[in-house]
Amino acid sequence: MAKYELTDDGVVVVVGSGAGGGTLANELCQKGVKVVLLEAGPRIEIKDFVNDEWPMFNKIAWLDKRTTSGSWRVAKNFPNLPAWTVKAVGGTTVHWAGASLRFKDEEFRARTVYGNIAGANLLDWPISLADLAPYYERAEDKMGVTGTHDIPRLPGNNNFKVLAAGAQKLGYKKVHTGNMAINSQPRDGRSGCLQIGFCFEGCKSGAKWSTLYTEIPKGEATGKLDLRAQSQVLRILHNSKGRASGVVYADKNGKQAEQKARAVCVAANSIESARLLLNSASSTFPDGLANSSGQVGRNYMRHTTASIYAAFPQTVHMYRGTTMAGIVEDEARNDPARGFVGGYHMETISLGLPFLAAFLDPGAWGRDFAGLLDQYDNMAGMWLVGEDMPQETNRVTLHPTEKDQFGLAIPNVHFDDHANDVAMRAHASKQGSAVYQAVGANKVIETPPYPSTHNLGTNRMSEKPRDGVVNEWGQTHDIANLFISDGSQFTTGGASNPTLTIVTLAIRQAEYITGLLGKHEI
Amino acid sequence: MSVKGINRRQFLHASGLVVASAAVSGGTLWLRPSIAWAMSFHTLDEHTAKTLLKMSRHLYPSPSIDDDQYARTVEGLDAKAKSDRALAKLLQDGVASLDASAQGKWLDASDEVSLQTLKGMEATPFFQTVRGSLVGADGPYNLPAVWKKLGYQGSSWQFGGYLNRGFGDIAWLPKE
Repeated sequence: MAKYELTDDGVVVVVGSGAGGGTLANELCQKGVKVVLLEAGPRIEIKDFVNDEWPMFNKIAWLDKRTTSGSWRVAKNFPNLPAWTVKAVGGTTVHWAGASLRFKDEEFRARTVYGNIAGANLLDWPISLADLAPYYERAEDKMGVTGTHDIPRLPGNNNFKVLAAGAQKLGYKKVHTGNMAINSQPRDGRSGCLQIGFCFEGCKSGAKWSTLYTEIPKGEATGKLDLRAQSQVLRILHNSKGRASGVVYADKNGKQAEQKARAVCVAANSIESARLLLNSASSTFPDGLANSSGQVGRNYMRHTTASIYAAFPQTVHMYRGTTMAGIVEDEARNDPARGFVGGYHMETISLGLPFLAAFLDPGAWGRDFAGLLDQYDNMAGMWLVGEDMPQETNRVTLHPTEKDQFGLAIPNVHFDDHANDVAMRAHASKQGSAVYQAVGANKVIETPPYPSTHNLGTNRMSEKPRDGVVNEWGQTHDIANLFISDGSQFTTGGASNPTLTIVTLAIRQAEYITGLLGKHEI
Repeated sequence: MSVKGINRRQFLHASGLVVASAAVSGGTLWLRPSIAWAMSFHTLDEHTAKTLLKMSRHLYPSPSIDDDQYARTVEGLDAKAKSDRALAKLLQDGVASLDASAQGKWLDASDEVSLQTLKGMEATPFFQTVRGSLVGADGPYNLPAVWKKLGYQGSSWQFGGYLNRGFGDIAWLPKE
């Protein structure tokens, strides 16, 4: 484990230790780069995980106050919790379910393939699937993704079996237990999956890939990584040449320190990454760093989501085993004849009784609702996740008056569904319900979106500087030694869970940064 | 008065009838049907606590949840109200509006009137505060005794997960 001086301006500072930041930090260290990894949350290890929803939520979730606006239902049910992400070492890879799907080629060309969709700020990515394919390979190998690299798929649990039986009745063909970054057999020093459940609460066996116990200790083993937990970055600093020169962060005692840097890489998840750039405004950059396009914070995407839960005449025990235990891929295609562009996946999901009571139908009460919870052990669940349209007005902004404990403006998250999102959700909900009805569901309930775990797009990648914040390498158009390394660089969201692509981009970015360092271009 | 430290086992042989202490604020309520337990409250008055208990039962009625399990939520609200005067007032005022809407004591109203009154108050912060608590960490659905009745098995890692304990044991699905 390395320890660098605050005045060491030869280090690369990485902000955030999740899928993007944790991976990037390790990849840089493996290449001999000195890295200071600043993580806002504490280091909570596997031994500290409990199989209990509320206590883990309170231990790891990002609960700092945020506000919401717009017509999305999350703003009504969870006005101060727009996102369900993690404030701890490992970031949201502690919480994620493990689904690791590649984008399709056409999803990198959304503007070209979908055409001009009114109200949508669609743009093609400046990179293609062919550019990313070799890095996807490396990411899948690193993460041990089932169904790739000769890694067997996981066995299906009861929740999957219900989904698969219904999907087959409907004629769906691409039904399987997924491409999961969960060991189906021991691999890379981690055990195989014990079907514990509680994937969202931190994997107690370590079978699920998380940077907490893969990338970060590997980075530390190089002697190049200086991880500082409970160190929240407040501002990025720049010099008179307009280059990033360091960051100001608050340590666990609230004491502020300035860490010098040769380059700064921001991977704080889409809400905080945009907020950090905006809160770093200076006289040179009055609209925030890297914001000459005015796109920082805009085009916030969260995937078009919903869940379907169904009660059956006999027991299912959906909570036994992995949370995302299987997938139906047939609807993940662009077929405008369905009434919308882009596609969606069906993926099993399960919540324990405590969270199902809170999230099944937020705000609901009375005999019917309680009667559903009475059938908990007979329920199955699926999550619907599809591409949402980027809109300029869906946006992370700084709150005009409310400040956090450091005196910095808190973020507001504004979101309105696009008509395409509404049409997709309606189609997905209808199909999802039909899947369960085909195998005898007594009752089907459409659950509205949860606070977002897929937060994307607020610092998007673009070929031209006027259209976005970063180039194809995640390097900001405006500041050569300032990078974005998380899902906020996504130009569009595709229909796939984003983590695999975030990791892929981080591996690719690490090569690029190392090259620039070697050539003394940054 | 303080009721801290009351041993719940001391109430095992209680009659089960609601017999409250005489205190205006704070006290102990004996509950049915789970007679082994009593609800303790420090900040809220007895009428407020009893009304919140009935409200809890009406919001999430379940044959698998006993009064003492709903009472945990009321105790949670009471504990928060101790340091949050605005919450205490919200709860007391909310109960007063329930009574006003029921033209008397909402506690004594019929099930039909009780439900109608609640529906009329659904949008109020009072209603939403109580409702939110009932499906939150202090609510009955977060109690292992309720999990057991509803077929949720809770923490599994200490048993080696479900790999060898029925994660894929479903047998009723139609065959291909």
